[in-house]
Amino acid sequence: MSQEFLTIQNAISFEESNVPVLETEVWRQIILEHCLAGKMRIVALFTERKNGDGLRCYCVLGNDGKKTLHVGACDFIGPNPKYPSLTQHLFEAHLFERELFEEFGLLPEGHPWLKPVRKQGDYPFYRVEGEQIHEVAVGPVHAGIIEPGHFRFQCHGEKVLHLEIQLGYQHRGLEALMVKAAPSSQMVLAESIAGDSVIGHGLAYAHAIEGLSERSITPQRSQSLRAIALELERLSSHAGDLGALAGDIGFLPGSAWFGRLRGEFLNLLMDLTGNRYGRSFLMPGGVLSDGTPKKVLDFKKRLAMALTDWKDLAELFFTASSVLSRLEQTGVLKQDAAREIGAVGMTARASNLLRDVRQSYPTGIYRICKIEPVKMTTGDVYARARIRSLEGKRSLQFIQERLETLSHDKISQPCGALKKESMIVSLIEGWRGEIAHVVLTDRERKIRRYKIIDPSFHNWIALSVAMQNGQISDFPLCNKSFNLSYAGHDL
Amino acid sequence: MWDILKNRWRQGTRTIPLSSRDQIPEQFRLKEEELKLSKILDAKMQKFFGRSLKLRAVTAGSCGGCDLELQALNNIIFDLSRFGIQFVASPRHADGLVVTGAVTKNMKLALQKTYEAVPDPKIVIAVGACAIHGGPFEGSPEVLNGADSTVPVDLYIPGCPPHPLTILDGLLRWLGRLENK
Repeated sequence: MSQEFLTIQNAISFEESNVPVLETEVWRQIILEHCLAGKMRIVALFTERKNGDGLRCYCVLGNDGKKTLHVGACDFIGPNPKYPSLTQHLFEAHLFERELFEEFGLLPEGHPWLKPVRKQGDYPFYRVEGEQIHEVAVGPVHAGIIEPGHFRFQCHGEKVLHLEIQLGYQHRGLEALMVKAAPSSQMVLAESIAGDSVIGHGLAYAHAIEGLSERSITPQRSQSLRAIALELERLSSHAGDLGALAGDIGFLPGSAWFGRLRGEFLNLLMDLTGNRYGRSFLMPGGVLSDGTPKKVLDFKKRLAMALTDWKDLAELFFTASSVLSRLEQTGVLKQDAAREIGAVGMTARASNLLRDVRQSYPTGIYRICKIEPVKMTTGDVYARARIRSLEGKRSLQFIQERLETLSHDKISQPCGALKKESMIVSLIEGWRGEIAHVVLTDRERKIRRYKIIDPSFHNWIALSVAMQNGQISDFPLCNKSFNLSYAGHDL
Repeated sequence: MWDILKNRWRQGTRTIPLSSRDQIPEQFRLKEEELKLSKILDAKMQKFFGRSLKLRAVTAGSCGGCDLELQALNNIIFDLSRFGIQFVASPRHADGLVVTGAVTKNMKLALQKTYEAVPDPKIVIAVGACAIHGGPFEGSPEVLNGADSTVPVDLYIPGCPPHPLTILDGLLRWLGRLENK
């Protein structure tokens, strides 16, 4: 437990004046001491401009074991702010520090590779020299219908020696837009952070606003409906991913039928919310549409059929020997590597690292109704595929239970005005992993800083690590097994 | 093998039949006002593209939702290839581009180069609110507010994201494959 950092709860706001502002060296030592001991990990590390040319750097640490969050800050003043970097000892800070440097010019001295995160320019990629080495560049426009990103491989024959990933093509300036937008537009922006995590990011935003409001009581019926929407989103993405993996290895029955199942879950989400991805469903204080008893009955029937289909298809897929030979031992991410890079969500759980916000920092209906997280040990593509299948079954059963126990009350309760000079950390387990929204308000009760951290921000480096010494022909399979968000990373 | 056949028998055919506009549910059809704004392809272009259209999809700064709906067009429910429309891997093999996203500054060059790589005659289809005029990101300094900032657009399909049936409604009527009511 950290005495010097402030202990906080997920989605419960606190006054900004309570955040301890420490000496840079003390702040740094606390982070290193707790993270290197394996007790805590970095949930957020970001900066805000203060008082003209001053900077305040916040760090949010998460203790999954004790289920607590901790926040501490330090100030930098003057024209050339710098500090000894955390990355040289603690690798999971690497991308956060690159982001601080790019956005605010705060230099982490000793950072091993200070390359840009979202800016494009003449970037010299890491090269391996040698007569038989060749370099493969892929992107930003890729072969399939997929988001843009650049991959640079250094290969020796078929073997990949090094993969470097350069993103930033989807940078739309979301954090700045969130601060400028009117409250009615903020939800639309939050839903548009990543198109397949509409409910995930939307819920993180809704919880943040509810926590920051003077008065807010979210009715329990709406909390159940929100959880149903979140799990349906998880199911549709998992079904889609399994279908895509099947297509990539040439198992066409799996590709066709999982694709159809994905459509089934999207149609369920459409019947619940009005949009296939759940847009315009969430609002701070509740939800906008309800399930009539007739609809609920229809859902139960369709979900029962979907569960049977899912079980059959999973058995068909995972017992085919051609599938297993292709998926097993491919793209391995070992547990130590996953821990070192600070992996979250499904990627971490497939590598034997239990990180699940629904268990560690539950909010909404997850506080009352537990959903058991799934963990796999091998960390290869098979583990990531299998974990999707098992999580899908659990989610289906969870939704069925929620439909049985929908409470009879309102679906929304408008929130009051925002508190002054307060801060909140709102975490949600999106289908990829931990989504973090950290929000700060000013004296006029408006949002002054909105920090968004998609799970892909933690996890993109996992693809580079998993591809090392692998075959380049396995790259599409590995990429699909992680299925990380380009838009969520680039904001 | 037997399991696969058994499953195929159980699942049946799921492809939505689509030979006339009545088969698209009302809620997914593009409305009358939107209809008037789109020109149906002239006879010459219809001869080129009416029965075989190869498209290259470019995502230029979107949230990813429209791309997922474009991917859904290839599944067994909507089955885009039965209309002779296919997504190809290279712009050199394509008849036209499908652009999604608000076109970020970072993607402007890539989109331009992809457009130039498509051989003439070519078409451009803008799918989604962002590709039309920036969507929720309109006005952001990082974004160029829509596909027509960089390439000339022939067809706009609105939605956030547009349902696959809406994309089909717009695309097929424009190609003259579904009667225009």
